[in-house]
Amino acid sequence: MGTLGVTGRGLVLMVLAALLLAVAPFVADRYLLSVLTTVLWFAYVGQAWNVMMGFSGLLSLGHALYVGLGAYVSAALFVHFGIGPWAGLVPAVLAAVLAGCIIGFLGFRFGVKGVHFALLTIAFAEVARIGFDHITWVGGSAGFFLPVGAGENDLLNLRGSPTLFYYVVLGLVLGALALSRLLLHSRLGYQWLAVREEPDAAEASGVDLFRARMTAVAVSSALTALGGVFQAFYFNNLFPEQVFSMGRSIEIILPAIVGGIGTLVGPILGAFILTPLGEVLTFVIEAGGLDLPGLKQLFYGAALVVIVVFRPEGVWPWLARRLRLVRQPGEES
Amino acid sequence: MPIDYYLNIAASGLLTGLVYGLAALGLSVIFGVVRVVNFAHGEMMVAGMYGAVLLGGWFGIDPLLSAPAMAALLFAAGWLLQRGLVNRFVERPEHMQFILLLGIATVLVNAMLMLFGPDARNVQVPYSFDTVEIGSLLLDAVRLRAGAAAVLVAAALFAFFRFSRTGKAIRACADNPLGARVVGLNIDGLYALTFGIGAAVVGVAGALMTLLVDARPQLAPEYTLLSFIIVIVGGLGSLPGALLGGMLIGVSEALAGFLLMPSLKSLFSYGVLIVVLLLRPQGLLGKRS
Repeated sequence: MGTLGVTGRGLVLMVLAALLLAVAPFVADRYLLSVLTTVLWFAYVGQAWNVMMGFSGLLSLGHALYVGLGAYVSAALFVHFGIGPWAGLVPAVLAAVLAGCIIGFLGFRFGVKGVHFALLTIAFAEVARIGFDHITWVGGSAGFFLPVGAGENDLLNLRGSPTLFYYVVLGLVLGALALSRLLLHSRLGYQWLAVREEPDAAEASGVDLFRARMTAVAVSSALTALGGVFQAFYFNNLFPEQVFSMGRSIEIILPAIVGGIGTLVGPILGAFILTPLGEVLTFVIEAGGLDLPGLKQLFYGAALVVIVVFRPEGVWPWLARRLRLVRQPGEES
Repeated sequence: MPIDYYLNIAASGLLTGLVYGLAALGLSVIFGVVRVVNFAHGEMMVAGMYGAVLLGGWFGIDPLLSAPAMAALLFAAGWLLQRGLVNRFVERPEHMQFILLLGIATVLVNAMLMLFGPDARNVQVPYSFDTVEIGSLLLDAVRLRAGAAAVLVAAALFAFFRFSRTGKAIRACADNPLGARVVGLNIDGLYALTFGIGAAVVGVAGALMTLLVDARPQLAPEYTLLSFIIVIVGGLGSLPGALLGGMLIGVSEALAGFLLMPSLKSLFSYGVLIVVLLLRPQGLLGKRS
């Protein structure tokens, strides 16, 4: 276990990728850096979603709710009371965890399963979207705006250059990766996997299903809310129609599905595949002088179909096998 | 007379709700037999709407008359979809099916956005502004016709499942797929037929809907969720439940839009859904599994 089940080749590649990401702001231009920041953001929220669906088998299609709560709570505290994001993220995370626990409690106590549970998560996100449209304290449907700083790097208030935001989101991704790995190999992680694979057998062997599922929801919603805090301070504007929309929830689940549900690297790889492909597509469309607003989304939809038909387990498990990046079961180290 | 006011709004909500119910009926048929949630349901409905809008625009055909054409078109599309893609997902985990249909829905809605643009389109009918007086009620002619057509199609569907041999075979499939296979039924064929019927029904609902609202691509995900809510409120797998759920949601939407704010009306539907999921997860007319 010295190399975490990764082969020498895999380890070299991982270190190389980490190095590249670490020096990226020194070589990349402004545009590339913004694309990379978007990629890493989706990688991060994909990792957060993965804790629920990938590790514990709970299909959530309403993760935009936690992004939105994290974003709105931290932004409102900053704008109305001058409370910075590092202090503000505590109530922001608590709000999202509370929402997650309410959904989880209702769902798990009343035996709402599978597709029905997914629908419950959508319903709560939609209720939040419509509700926030009418809360004038945070701008309602006209949007909520954060004051744009003078450009000075101020990590304490999360104001400053794109490079600052890049390193913050890179830190989030690496932190989530470490946390995911830690959790997956902990007692709780094994319980999650058992609950995902065979809930009845897990319960029979003494796993508290309700507690295991609730902790999964709590961890996932807390992580997602941090992504929301980042989003609020990075983009400086929030619109309920975007932040809480179902389209956003779908964008959040795409990286993990494409990369590989339940794997550690999957959501990160998925984000690195999808976002750049979308950018290339936008570029091609614009270069061709075409004005087709739905083409990018159409491409995402087609990608979803292709992946789920031909690589249902995701790209990462297949790639890792192909390139021998991880040790196969039974293989000597 | 304020009470007449409320009755009027409730009645027109009820008629709209019948069309909602018809759309949800299609979803319920597919889920009840194939056990796959058609997450592209609203997209199919809006495809039916655009079909009716185009036929109306080109040849001046009344949506009530283009409904059968939309049924045929969407039957073919649904049949092909089941044969080509969905059938190999029948045995796969629920979330895989969900993701597949989510992908198809995304492709469909954006294809429509590219083809027809984001602007609302409608069909002109000569009786657009007519009203019909029934007792103290004053109802729109369009709503009355759409509601009546929805009831007619629903009745035909009930009769098909109750009396025809094929309908009975499909019900046998839904009850016990293994047993149905043992007695020699062609399960894959019946699944494709069922998906086709479900799609045809929602195509008709779409054509009828053009009488009540303008067609926009953005309606698609809303209608998917709405059909979902109705099916769950009414009871999964219960056909009368879907119609009842549709009427309930139609009336509550209309009243909420009137009493509160129009923008809050779908909030009400979600509220109904959450209450039903908690108090009666099997739905109003559903059986406990």
